[in-house]
Amino acid sequence: MPPPRTVSAPPGDRASTVTSTPATVRRRKAERFTETGLGWLLLLPSVVVFALFVFWPLGRTLYLSVHGNDLFGAPSVYVGAEHYREMLSAEFGKVLATTGLFTLFSVVPAVLGALFVVLLLEARIRGVRVLRTAFALPFAFSVATASVVFAVIYNPAIGVANGLLGSLGIDRVNWLTDPSIALPAVCAATVWMNFGYNVLVLSAGVAAISPEVVEAARLDGASGWRLASRITVPLLSPQLFFLVVVSTIHALQSFGQIHILTKGGPDQATTTLVYSIYEKAFAFGSSDFGSASAQAVVLLVVMLGCTAVQFGVLERRVHYR
Amino acid sequence: MKKFSLGRLAVYVVLGLAAIPVLFPIYYGFVGAVMGPGDLATYPPALVPHELHWQNISDVFRSVSLGRFYVNSAVQAGAITVAQVVTSILAAYAFAFLRLPAKAATFGLFLATLMVPWEAIIIPNYLAISGWGLARGGLTYLGLVLPFLASAFGTFLLRQAFLQFPTELRDAAVIDGCGHWRLLWRVIVPLSKPSIAAVGVYVFLSAWNQYFWPLILIRDSNFQTLQIGISQLNDAEVAQPGLVLAGVALSLLPTLAVVLFGQRYIVRGLTAGALR
Repeated sequence: MPPPRTVSAPPGDRASTVTSTPATVRRRKAERFTETGLGWLLLLPSVVVFALFVFWPLGRTLYLSVHGNDLFGAPSVYVGAEHYREMLSAEFGKVLATTGLFTLFSVVPAVLGALFVVLLLEARIRGVRVLRTAFALPFAFSVATASVVFAVIYNPAIGVANGLLGSLGIDRVNWLTDPSIALPAVCAATVWMNFGYNVLVLSAGVAAISPEVVEAARLDGASGWRLASRITVPLLSPQLFFLVVVSTIHALQSFGQIHILTKGGPDQATTTLVYSIYEKAFAFGSSDFGSASAQAVVLLVVMLGCTAVQFGVLERRVHYR
Repeated sequence: MKKFSLGRLAVYVVLGLAAIPVLFPIYYGFVGAVMGPGDLATYPPALVPHELHWQNISDVFRSVSLGRFYVNSAVQAGAITVAQVVTSILAAYAFAFLRLPAKAATFGLFLATLMVPWEAIIIPNYLAISGWGLARGGLTYLGLVLPFLASAFGTFLLRQAFLQFPTELRDAAVIDGCGHWRLLWRVIVPLSKPSIAAVGVYVFLSAWNQYFWPLILIRDSNFQTLQIGISQLNDAEVAQPGLVLAGVALSLLPTLAVVLFGQRYIVRGLTAGALR
């Protein structure tokens, strides 16, 4: 977050800076009072929305996580840490492991791949603008539309993925129903979905690098790999840092692609934390809101932890201009 | 532009190879939309259609209420966009220009909402919205938009823009007798159009692309949004990928338009505040 700036004196104040007779003091107080009132009035809509749909639900999630619920999901009795104890199981361990793998293999390739492409686009070649727009195009796809396209491509019988393998003489692969392949397949689709956004952000970063710096380096004889590794990449570190933080947070929240492509299967191979919450609370008429809320608390803690670690550790190594 | 060299050729080749996996799903999404069953069901599948099968486009409207889904998504995303832009402008003005007790703490509270993942609080929100009867009938629209009427991100971005506003301009307006309300709508807002557009584009895209919330909230298919409709089309018509891809292609048109025409606002909105 950028540091808060000092705000210059508000417009209402300027009339009353010369003298301070009791009358002007009173008027100044009245002005300040109406200014405060107006301020709270302007903040009111947002504050109400946040109170109702962020802060109250936050407390409610904690409350639900320590209560059992009846068949309709209404909290009935206090059960203490029972829902949390349930999580000390191999099953939930697998959910956490899947979440970690999914995050790692959807964030790292998408960021490195986009960096690679954006660096190549710096090679002063013809048609750079068209190429850059082309590489950014996946951004126009929503998670749902991209997932549906990949569902068609991954179709075991008539999908193009197997068609191409077949023409290379390789046997058909059950992309989404083979437990050892489903997670990589969903990760690959997610990397594709994130690619355009990463290219957009990194291109904007490259465009902001001052041409003098690059020119000076070129005059000193740097080019190609040296220019990229010594000049461009270090100057892109704020964007890279931003992308790692944002895509990790996104990956931990991923839901649509898993719901559309695999429904968490096969054999829980793609059940991430968020999907597990959905499954317990909403899927197939299930309304185990207690356990789901306990897992939601875990999600909250994991995400806060990630953000803290990334800001604490990574940011110190980032070079800001 | 320098003369031809081997290094340059290598760059083209590598970029070309990298472009294949990036562009292929897009190509296939659109070309598959006009492929007939003959092209899609052959093994190995055709990559180029033998004839253009435009019928998919009309068939998809018959298979699902695509038109209705469009209207629903437009109502939902439009309402969220307008509301968030307005509430963000109001809050940003208060944070940027007004003297308020506990302003820093309140601003901190706004920023704290960015740290809370929506998925972690979706259960109580679902219980509240459906408990208030906002998941049924026409009220579903209300349930879809109500939790998203304010945005800390939009407030933050606009506050940054307002703070960069030249003090002289503001003073001149005040000397001319401009009150806060007129100052906001007649001076600040018109001059902050690029930032407001960035917020609008960003909010519209994320609202239009929502998946989790409409999926769990909507029970009446008359109020289904486009994203959920397309995924249900996929479940229902697995045997007819041409039909499914036609639905995808049609549903992409609004976001493609926003991305192609609003690209500079997107980059601005995506990176503002997060990068120094």
